[in-house]
Amino acid sequence: MREKILSIQNLNISFETTAGVVNAVRGVNLSVYRGETVALVGESGSGKSVSAKAIMGILAKNGTIDSGDITLSYYRQEEKVTRDILSMDKKEIRRHVNGKRIAMVFQDPMTSLNPLIPVGKQVMEGMLWHYHTPKEEAYQKALDLLKLVGITDAEKRMKNYPHQLSGGMRQRVVIAIALSCDPDLLICDEPTTALDVTIQSKILELIQEIQKRKKLSVIYITHDLGVVAKVADYVNVMYAGKIVESGTVNEVFYEPKHPYTWGLLSAMPDLGTEDERLYTIPGSPPNLLHKITGDAFAPRNKYALKIDSRVEPPMFRVSDTHYAATWLLHPKAPKVELPEELKARIDRMMKEGEHYDKTGKQ
Amino acid sequence: MTKRENSKTAPLLEVKGLKQYFRVSRKFTVKAVEDVSFYINPGETYGLVGESGSGKTTIGRSVIHLYEPTAGEILFDGMNISGRLKGETERNLRVNMQMIFQDPMACLNPRRKVGDIIAQGLDIHHRYHSAKEREELVADILHKVGLAPEHANRYPHQFSGGQRQRVGIARALIMNPKLIIADECISALDMSIQAQVVNLMKDLQQENGMAYLFIAHDLSMVKYISDRIGVLHLGHLLETGTTDEIFSHPVHPYTKSLLSAIPHPNPLAERKRKALQYDYKTSGIDYGEGTMHQVEGTHYVRCTDQEYDSWK
Repeated sequence: MREKILSIQNLNISFETTAGVVNAVRGVNLSVYRGETVALVGESGSGKSVSAKAIMGILAKNGTIDSGDITLSYYRQEEKVTRDILSMDKKEIRRHVNGKRIAMVFQDPMTSLNPLIPVGKQVMEGMLWHYHTPKEEAYQKALDLLKLVGITDAEKRMKNYPHQLSGGMRQRVVIAIALSCDPDLLICDEPTTALDVTIQSKILELIQEIQKRKKLSVIYITHDLGVVAKVADYVNVMYAGKIVESGTVNEVFYEPKHPYTWGLLSAMPDLGTEDERLYTIPGSPPNLLHKITGDAFAPRNKYALKIDSRVEPPMFRVSDTHYAATWLLHPKAPKVELPEELKARIDRMMKEGEHYDKTGKQ
Repeated sequence: MTKRENSKTAPLLEVKGLKQYFRVSRKFTVKAVEDVSFYINPGETYGLVGESGSGKTTIGRSVIHLYEPTAGEILFDGMNISGRLKGETERNLRVNMQMIFQDPMACLNPRRKVGDIIAQGLDIHHRYHSAKEREELVADILHKVGLAPEHANRYPHQFSGGQRQRVGIARALIMNPKLIIADECISALDMSIQAQVVNLMKDLQQENGMAYLFIAHDLSMVKYISDRIGVLHLGHLLETGTTDEIFSHPVHPYTKSLLSAIPHPNPLAERKRKALQYDYKTSGIDYGEGTMHQVEGTHYVRCTDQEYDSWK
């Protein structure tokens, strides 16, 4: 039985800037179940980080939530509690949600650690504050956490300051801090973008392992489809403040329905081909300062229909888990096949997958 | 053009035994680059890859003579550009070698118009006779990188990230250089914009025939743009060869781990795949001991004789 722990309904967020009001998030729906991994994919400015910040109640001062619900369910002494995060004030969120129920890992570990405090103390901080854990016990727990995230010589490292650690180690410390209060949900905002590929794979495998052990739900925010393929159960593709396609990883990667997803998949550099040119999505994302009528992706979409410039497409159902917001899925729409190259690519991916299945090779 | 074709046999840039040390204090010296040799032919793209701290940016900056090399020789277009330069050599170098930087916002002066930023090289080297000619040259180059001539009157903050990087490319290109050093020039951009910039760089290369030294940590993009690749780790050039040689027959364990760490955008395979692990400290390999061994053609790997036999 899947247990829903976070649900976002019709979230709208706007920012007041000197240039005008920016509608950064326009009607996002998202559900996260216990123990599962959800990925939010999109270009910068598509609203993925803003949505995550709204969950944590840490939007910038000029941001307002115009409408929507964010509800969080958790257990308090064996009793299930469901709360609306948006109706809580800042102090309450800090006390009951941040760190304790939902923890977040940011992109740059250097900016999320305090340079003046030894890392051990920073790991203990949350436990002391939220659970009033006795100091010795907190120290022991922090030590165990550092060992859990794969830091060797943990006792010595407890006394180190952030600048004495390498980038990968710092990100491990940040993950240890995030896990220190046993949260139900971990939000990772581009956790590996600032790190090298070799360290990236280690950090991702680490999060996966901890997730299995602690039955943690994780939201990954990333623009790297390789990372998504590695870790996610469900994928939500965001464009211009909306989720345009959502489904299981296999559905989104092997049977994509939205032309933007087609573009994203085609634009990934493929190590298996010898193409001379990379596929690019023409144009650039729309400016959210201006009101968008119709489908935001239409100007860049060569499959756009006439209706796309007038009416925004709703989410069409493909299967129970797979939805996409494109008029191409309307029963009256003309049949549009996947682009040839993408089809060939998906075939290649399937073959590669089978190959791994058969040989069981590492 | 004929001159360039004649020099096809000789490499455009040759780096021989480059060492770059930085003295931090009396007791401590950072050995950023240790005995690195490579060459770039005219019109070719050489990709330098490695993790952060491997010395790839340092090499780029040494090549363009922002640092004085501790040891070694750098030959560019037949001139020796290590050590103190003569006025004429320096001028020649500043025209024929240009650089594109990582962060397009940080490398463009926010208080100058884009047109002036692009024309700065022309101004310094007196490459035009009238204001009109200057304007035409700028408009021409803007068109080449996919921007409009009226963009010349705007300021950098009025552009998006991808457009800013195009401005950076235009600035490098306007001097008609023989070599462009691109230092992580796409890592700050979005996926779909990265592809646009890489395609642009490739098109411009075909048109103008300049060579690139492409420095990056993203191997999948390097594969697209490079003819040959050099893999750096801890200041040592571990393996070098054509893109095909490196990607299909990597020899050094570090190269192998680097290649296997790239996540494939393919869930079925990616979930079963495990990246190879490599740790210099426990691997028992001493980079300083190794010498360059030829695998085949232009494919070289740095190791000792014993290691070479066991890896092959």
